[in-house]
Amino acid sequence: MLYIKCPHCGLRSQNEFAYGGDASVKRPELNKEISDQEWDEFVYLRKSPRGKHLELWHHVSGCRQWIKVLRDTSTHEIFNTYKSEEKVG
Amino acid sequence: MQKYSFLSLIKNAFSGHKGWEVAWKDPTPKKEYDVVIIGGGGHGLATAYYLAKEHKITNIAVIEKGWIGGGNVGRNTTIIRSNYMHDENGLFYEKGMDLWRSMSQDLNFNIMFSPRGIINLAHSDAQMNAYARRGNSMRLNGIDAVLLDREEVKKKVPVLDFSDNVRFPIFGALMQPSAGTARHDAVAWGYARQADSMGVDIIQHCEVTGFDISNGKMQGIKTSRGDIKTKKVGLCVAGSTSILAEMLNMTLPIETHLLQACVSEPIKPILDHVVTFGAGHFYCSQSDKGEMVMGGDLDGYNSYAQRGNLPTLQHVLTEGIAMFPFLSKLNMLRTWGGIMDMSMDGSPIIDKTHIAGLYLNCGWCYGGFKATPASGFTFAHTIAQDRVHELNAGFRLDRFSTGHLIDEKGLGTKTWIS
Repeated sequence: MLYIKCPHCGLRSQNEFAYGGDASVKRPELNKEISDQEWDEFVYLRKSPRGKHLELWHHVSGCRQWIKVLRDTSTHEIFNTYKSEEKVG
Repeated sequence: MQKYSFLSLIKNAFSGHKGWEVAWKDPTPKKEYDVVIIGGGGHGLATAYYLAKEHKITNIAVIEKGWIGGGNVGRNTTIIRSNYMHDENGLFYEKGMDLWRSMSQDLNFNIMFSPRGIINLAHSDAQMNAYARRGNSMRLNGIDAVLLDREEVKKKVPVLDFSDNVRFPIFGALMQPSAGTARHDAVAWGYARQADSMGVDIIQHCEVTGFDISNGKMQGIKTSRGDIKTKKVGLCVAGSTSILAEMLNMTLPIETHLLQACVSEPIKPILDHVVTFGAGHFYCSQSDKGEMVMGGDLDGYNSYAQRGNLPTLQHVLTEGIAMFPFLSKLNMLRTWGGIMDMSMDGSPIIDKTHIAGLYLNCGWCYGGFKATPASGFTFAHTIAQDRVHELNAGFRLDRFSTGHLIDEKGLGTKTWIS
């Protein structure tokens, strides 16, 4: 069981959250000419690191906010959590 | 190589079983090989076997970080099937079915192939229609498929919940009678023993730490037991693919996720087939020892942990009990996890890469075990001939950027929900 500290609600169990995947993936800017390769990178290609992974979680059974979580993919240690618009430093 | 037979068993019994040869050796890595396969799981060992048998390349090393058969080939729920709708998958896995049927004789190793049939339950009219379509597609590709109505399912699997008081009543099912199970460890050991006898070096406890590439060509690999020169490297490392890809400066259309499985205490024979839940994700069969072998959803977030979490297990077993109420009375014997190379369309990748001499075999999601022989057969062809076999021509690495996806379930790129 993971315990995730929602930046809005505090420490909650994993059961209240839905996973949203790699948070480092950036959608190409609107109205910009996008190459096939850029789309490929955005839609399909993932680093999938073993170790620190910045990821999106949705506090779906809580405040319903999307948050960012910095978690280790092999130990499941959670280092920090962030609001969606917060800069990750 | 010593042949395993009834006679050899009797002979060795009289000499106190002291005359058995080792099944595979423990060689020191040589300086150079024609082909190096990274990953001593089912796929890697099968690839080495078919390279030696079909393509007469025997100067091969299989490099394994742990011990052979310690990864996903020893962690799966042993289901073998080819009940796919798309041609690329159907024809590929049906080739696998042919190889499964003759594998015990081919390898002189009893892999205990048990074609007991797989039954995918349907819980609505719409699902029955979808199964009719899938069954027809399968039959067009020469794969056996039978649509069962509710009464026929009841006859075959009477322990399912057929009461009126269920959230997802059983409307019928799609069955592939030729599907089944096999003893997973025996598959790894059988391939290893035959590959070894043809001259393949199986090198265990040897970790790959880097690659030697110059001018876009493979020159060799670096390992914890020294450098090895080779012009051809095949990657068969399932959930660890992205780790090796990072060493190669490649980013792949896969993510690593964790899948759990579990077995109950052994009970008397009660379930003759493999049965899957159609309103969620749960599958179940009964092992020869009598244990109920069960699996379901991924843990739901990127993981290299090789161990699972309880919320997922609880969710999966809730579905199991909805199907088979008697499961609630059983004790759990064992649970475990393995890491899956989840591809972005749910189908595998067997292809060449932009680096000459580097070949990629990954993206098996949670269907890797049944693919073992077909994967080894086509990957060996791809490596030996430096071109894809017609059966893996669709499993291209560039199909994502070109839009030629093989998305069996139509789920898109959220790999953790597939």
